[in-house]
Formats: sequence, structure tokens, C-alpha cells
Amino acid sequence: MDLLTFARGPGLFWAVTIFVIGVLWKLVGVVLLRAKPDLSVARKPSAWTGLRLILTRTWPRREFLQSTAYTEVLGYTFHIGFFVALAFYLPHILFFEDVFRGLIGVNFQGVFGVSWPYFSGGVIYFSGAVAFAALIALLIHRIASPVKRLISNFDDYFSWLVTIAPLATGMLAFSHVGAPYQTLIAVHLLSVELLLVWFPFGKLMHTFTVFLSRGTQGMQFERKGATL
Amino acid sequence: MPDSMIPQDARDVTLGEYLAARGVSRRAFLKFACSLASLMALPPSVGTAMAEAMAKARRPSVLWFPFQECTGCTESITRSHTPTIEAMIFDMISLDYHETLMAAAGHQSEAAREQAMKENAGKYLLLIDGSVATGLEGAYSCIGGQTNLSWLTEAAKGAAAIVAVGTCASYGGIPKANPNPTGARAVSDIIKDKPIVNIPGCPPIPVVLTGVLAHFLTFGTLPELDPLGRPKAFFGETIHDRCYRRPFYDQGRFAKTFDDEGARNGWCLYELGCKGPVTYNSCATVKWNGGTSFPIQSGHGCLGCSEPDFWDKGSFYRPLSVGQWGNAATLGGAAAVGVALGAAAAYAARRRQDKIAKGD
Repeated sequence: MDLLTFARGPGLFWAVTIFVIGVLWKLVGVVLLRAKPDLSVARKPSAWTGLRLILTRTWPRREFLQSTAYTEVLGYTFHIGFFVALAFYLPHILFFEDVFRGLIGVNFQGVFGVSWPYFSGGVIYFSGAVAFAALIALLIHRIASPVKRLISNFDDYFSWLVTIAPLATGMLAFSHVGAPYQTLIAVHLLSVELLLVWFPFGKLMHTFTVFLSRGTQGMQFERKGATL
Repeated sequence: MPDSMIPQDARDVTLGEYLAARGVSRRAFLKFACSLASLMALPPSVGTAMAEAMAKARRPSVLWFPFQECTGCTESITRSHTPTIEAMIFDMISLDYHETLMAAAGHQSEAAREQAMKENAGKYLLLIDGSVATGLEGAYSCIGGQTNLSWLTEAAKGAAAIVAVGTCASYGGIPKANPNPTGARAVSDIIKDKPIVNIPGCPPIPVVLTGVLAHFLTFGTLPELDPLGRPKAFFGETIHDRCYRRPFYDQGRFAKTFDDEGARNGWCLYELGCKGPVTYNSCATVKWNGGTSFPIQSGHGCLGCSEPDFWDKGSFYRPLSVGQWGNAATLGGAAAVGVALGAAAAYAARRRQDKIAKGD
């Protein structure tokens, strides 16, 4: 079995399996935790409106804007760049659509009425490069800042590594530089598999838990009558 | 003309003398050598040197053994698209044994093989097409009561070099496909002490064989090979990199089915399972049938036939980026395990909270 066959087959199988098990384990485990009883009188008739905190926290308050601008801008740059490269590149879409079809029996267009849009390779490469540069800049900032360096641990650095690895290997595979294409695409897939395996057990899990924690906190604040 | 029909003394003259006797002009031979040099990415001046070296060379004895094969490789070589060039393969060499092409049969053909091996010991080129059956000590494939395996090991001892023609001889090919009932192996899996060049393809491109032979005649060595034993000059780039549809890939224009507008417009076949991005061969540049076309130009994706184990790498019609990792049941099972683990973890946490609350 060559490297690419392993990466497309057993490697991907175990990575996806571990990812699904890990993510659901974490999410269900958190959701089913017993909530601390709130004995105070509710200030608002319904706490559900507090879910808007999910949106209001997407940008810092004016007081903190200047001090957090660097990480905010670069953070958004990375997330948008990464998302575009991930979700709007045809080879990626073919993979997602295959999973989609396997799960519900019909393809994306059959459900949503439109085909999954995608960009040309050049746009995707540019987007990936921007995300890559943003991640480098964020790492430099993390190391240069005494406070951030102090509060950073293995999880932060390893999560950074497994995130930038698919970007780097993806761009190498796209531009076909450094090794035979089979090797490049196999290494790209293996880097994605490393990301999937690490994802549920490190800080990358914030992809899901950020909405859970903000929503829960928003509802708690709303009940207490706090300004959101 | 099958070489077995050429008088023995014709093998003793130089290639130049032999071609001149057959009416091939020096100019035509020079053009042939220059085109080969060009295809092999050698400098233009080498073309002349190749012509001179080949003209002075004695035509090497070549034994072509067919093992577990379909004769497609021989069909490919004999139906070369440019007779004035590729057909010269039969002029450049003295083809002393080839079951399909030789006039002799039965004991006569075996006698010709043994004679050629004896007279040219240490100097002949051994061409193999088809994989080598190793199961049951090679009994799955025999010729004249002898196994292919014994033929190969015996003939390899006196060979100057071995050329594995086609994917079966190069990497095992279709006979080696899972579950490989005959224990099919590649030539290079069995012979370790001789220079071997692989010319994979199902079938291989004729001019690659011509190029390898010309290189051997000119320089006395095999051409530079890649890690899979293929001549770099012909297998240095992927079909995808040299495909005329590549701009459509870069632009994001893909055929979704074999008869949609994209297919009619000649857009990229990646989505229909084309393996061009991971297949090293020169189909996109040399093409077939007089440079007329190649599979992608005909509207079908590349199967990746010049790569090892191409038959066992999943469907030809599933895109390259689609995983081969399971199905919805796999995901469903993993999800069930995840939910169960999460519920168990939450239950354990609640039990711990209760114990703390009770002051245990």
C-alpha cells in the first residue's frame, strides 16, 4: 500500500472516526452536565433572547478595540481565508459532497436546489496564502507578547501547527512544488488527518464550543438582566 | 519484418549498413535520431551524435518474453503511429525471440531462444511483458512446460539489461490486482542484480521503448530513471501538468457528467474521476495513433494505468479527492460511540457532584 492509498483509505477512515467520536463525546458530555441552580429571581421573562450574545461578541467593545485590533484583524483574516480555502475549493467540495451523499442519500443540490459554489484555483491559493501569512503573524505576536507567551501552553502551539500544516501542504500540492504530486497530496491528506485527530482533544474544539459557551453565557446574563 | 526472417549474417552488420541496405536514407535516419533526442529532452546536438553512434552500433540481440499478459503491449508497439520512426525498433534490434511475431513455433522457437541466449550471452537485451506468476512455484503460467519464473531467472543471468514492457511487467499490473491469485510479481521484484528499466502503461507508449533502445545503442547505458524505475524523459511530469484541459482545472471549469455542456466544451474531467494529477506518463504530449488523441482528449478521464497497483486504487469514476474511508454506517457507528461516551462522562460527572454535595 503506497502512502496516498493509505492516506485516502485507512488513514482517513480512522481520522474521521476519531474526529466524530471525539467531537460528540465532548459536546454531549458538556451539554449533559448538570447546570448550577440559579436561585435568583429572573429579571427578564425569557432567557432565550440572550443567545444574541453569540453575535454581539463577534467584535470587541469599543474600549478594547485598540488593544485587541491586531489579533482581531489577523484572527478574522485567518478564519475567513481558511474557510474560503476549505469550503470553496472544488476537490474539497467533492469530498464533502461525497460524505453528504453518504449520510442522507442525496447530493447537496438535491437538498438545497443549487449546486455548491466554488472559486477558481487562483482565488483559493491566494486565500490560503493569506490565511497562512495571518497564522505566522499571530504566532509571532504570541511569542513576542510576554503575557500571551506566559499563558500559552503545548495545546496552543500544537493546535497552531496542525492548523497551518494543511494550509502549507495544500499550497505545495496545488503548486506542485518540492516532491511528486502523489507524495504532496498524500502528505496534505495526512496533515488533515492529524488535524482531525487532534481537533476534539485540543483548543481547536472551540470551533463548536464557542457557540455553546457564548449561548449559555448569554442566556445566563439575560436572566440576570445584564447588558449584552 | 519479423527478425526471425532476417538472415543470421544480417545481424553481424552495423545498424547503419543494415538500414542503408533496406533503403533508409541517412537523412531519414538523422531525422529519426533527432526526434528521439528531442523526445528524451536531450540537447539538439545529441541527435547527430545519436545517429552516428547508432549507425556504427551492432544491432543488439533482443529476447522478448511474454508472461502473464494480454498482448496489448505487443499490439501497441507493432501499431506504432509513425512507421518511419517507431517501426525502426525492428530495424534497430535483432528480435531473436517473440512468440507473437516470429514465424517459428513450438520446438523451433524454443531452439531459437536458447541459441540466441547462448550466442549473445552477457550482451542481449531481455524484454518482458506480463507479470511473473510466483504462486505454486510459478506453475500458474508456463510456456513449453517451463514456468515463466524459471525462464526469467535463467534468461536474466545472461542479459545486459532488462526492459519491463507494460504495467504488468513493471509493477504486476492487473494480474497482481487483489486478491492476486497467481502470486503475480513485477520483474524487479524477482531480479535484483541486473539493470532494469520499467516502461509502464496499459499499454505503454511505443516511442518510449524506441527511446530506451536508442539510448542503449548510443550510450551503452539505460536512460536516467525515476524512483519507480521509469525513464525520466517520458515519465518526468504528470499527465495533469501537460494536459490541454489543465487551464480549465485552474479556472474551475469541470465536466459534471460525460454528456453535459462542460464535457462538450472539453472542460476538465477531474470531477469524473480523472487520475491525471497522480499519473506520470507522456500520453498528453506524445499521444497515440499518429498524435491523434489520448484518452482525456477522447473524453474519458485518465485511469492512471502507468502507476503501480492502479487497479486497486478505487473506482475510476470517483474523484481523486474523495476518500475511500467508509460510508454513512461508519459515521453513524462513530457518532453512536461518541454520544455514548459523552453521556457516560456526564453521568460520571453528576455522580461526582452528588458525592461532593453529600460530603462524601
